[in-house]
Amino acid sequence: MDFFENLSQTFLDFEAMAEVFPHLLGTGLVNTIVLSIAATIIGIVAGMVLAVMGISPLRWIRTPARVYTDIFRGLPEILTILLIGQGFYRISAELFGPSPYPLGILALSLISSAYIGEIFRSGIQSVEKGQLEACRALGMSYGKAMALVVIPQGVRRVLPALVNQFISIVKASSLVYFLGLMVGERELFRVGQDAAVLTGNLSPLVLAGMFYLVITVPLTHLVNYFDHKFRNGRRKPTGPTSGLKEVTELESTETAGAAR
Amino acid sequence: MSRTDTRTTAAGEVVYEGSSLELQDLTLAYGDVEVVRNVSLTVAPGTTTCVIGPSGSGKSTLLRGINRLHEPKSGDVCLAGRSVLNDKPDDLRLRIGMVFQHFNLFPDHTALENVALAPWRVKGQSKSAAHGLAEDRLREVGLGERMDHRPRDLSGGQQQRVAIARALAMHPEVMLFDEATSSLDPELVKGVLRLMAELCERGMTMVVVTHEMGFARKVADQVVFMDEGEVVEAGTPEQIFDDPQSDRLQTFLSEVL
Repeated sequence: MDFFENLSQTFLDFEAMAEVFPHLLGTGLVNTIVLSIAATIIGIVAGMVLAVMGISPLRWIRTPARVYTDIFRGLPEILTILLIGQGFYRISAELFGPSPYPLGILALSLISSAYIGEIFRSGIQSVEKGQLEACRALGMSYGKAMALVVIPQGVRRVLPALVNQFISIVKASSLVYFLGLMVGERELFRVGQDAAVLTGNLSPLVLAGMFYLVITVPLTHLVNYFDHKFRNGRRKPTGPTSGLKEVTELESTETAGAAR
Repeated sequence: MSRTDTRTTAAGEVVYEGSSLELQDLTLAYGDVEVVRNVSLTVAPGTTTCVIGPSGSGKSTLLRGINRLHEPKSGDVCLAGRSVLNDKPDDLRLRIGMVFQHFNLFPDHTALENVALAPWRVKGQSKSAAHGLAEDRLREVGLGERMDHRPRDLSGGQQQRVAIARALAMHPEVMLFDEATSSLDPELVKGVLRLMAELCERGMTMVVVTHEMGFARKVADQVVFMDEGEVVEAGTPEQIFDDPQSDRLQTFLSEVL
């Protein structure tokens, strides 16, 4: 019995949870979301640039994108965040003030753009070659064909992978605490950890974990729903038809539009 | 001469003004491998040339050389009497329509949007003008009722007719067909072939790569037999089908007829 009481004291101290709840909601959640969304938006923009560079027929455009991706995908997140966050602190302090957020967001964006670039690239490359060819045959430039036809199709295919990446960023945003946060800047993990030190048990961290799940789990299901809808929706169900009618389909307009 | 208006006869029939097309010693290669060698071909304005031959003989590559989807290695392509190899490829392709074996329609666009996209975004027509044009072209190919359908809600034959309308909407001087009926169910082939025959009658210049020997015999002004990247025999349908000279053509015809 002692064992279970001990466990519940450690993980499910509801009093401690109630105490930290407002801070998790008002400070931690907000900051985590701000960090994650900012890094995702920058990551998507930069990732799209990387993807388009990565599929370029020109090697001098392709290679920098490859090298960039290899580096930021290959380094541990914590290392990138520390190198960027501490290494460029002086410049950032002059531009944006003492908050570690700009550099934290920059580091997270660098990491996420490498992954998102690969996600976009795989999506764009999965679009049938004939699509680009049809565009070119119509006189479209490569850029227009990509922008109007190929990329929109490719992006739609990778929505679930993109949400995966957002979830990954949400979790990685906790690492920004290594850069040293002011009280009001703390994100979910840091709020939970500070409280855990005070209460002497892990319950605040358990609650912080629940907050993370509240962000990530519904999102996964939501995107699956929309993905499914994109694939199968917008479709007018038609009854059974006969291919035989098609032979006459043309004739009926010939008599209407043109005399034979 | 303005090509932006569609000409019609008194009867309301659309008339096309195909240009002449001439290939001189055209050679196309993948790396060092020449897949089309020294092909010369003259297609008079408003006539139809059918290219036949076994698979791998370079027929499709030849077509793609004409609109420079595949850049020629040597030789020349003349459209309306003038070499086009120094033009910008995009400008050349505005003048040449192409229809593919697998349609290559844009799946997230309706039939109407498929046809209107290039006039709108490439030629810079207003969106409503492009849509009006697309409606006309779709009616011509018998799809007036299905303009709002997406490709996957259309049969293969209907999709291919949308693809033809899409090419026609750019007012091409020449139309290229790359095995346009090869991926269609048998009962749908006829509708597409009939449409192609009609374009021919109305004055379009066409180069048609096909396995439909009946179509080639009936519609073509000229039939070209290719094998191993070269033109083996060329002539009128009667010459090619009734009086084949070379062994290779005789063997080919005995296999397909």
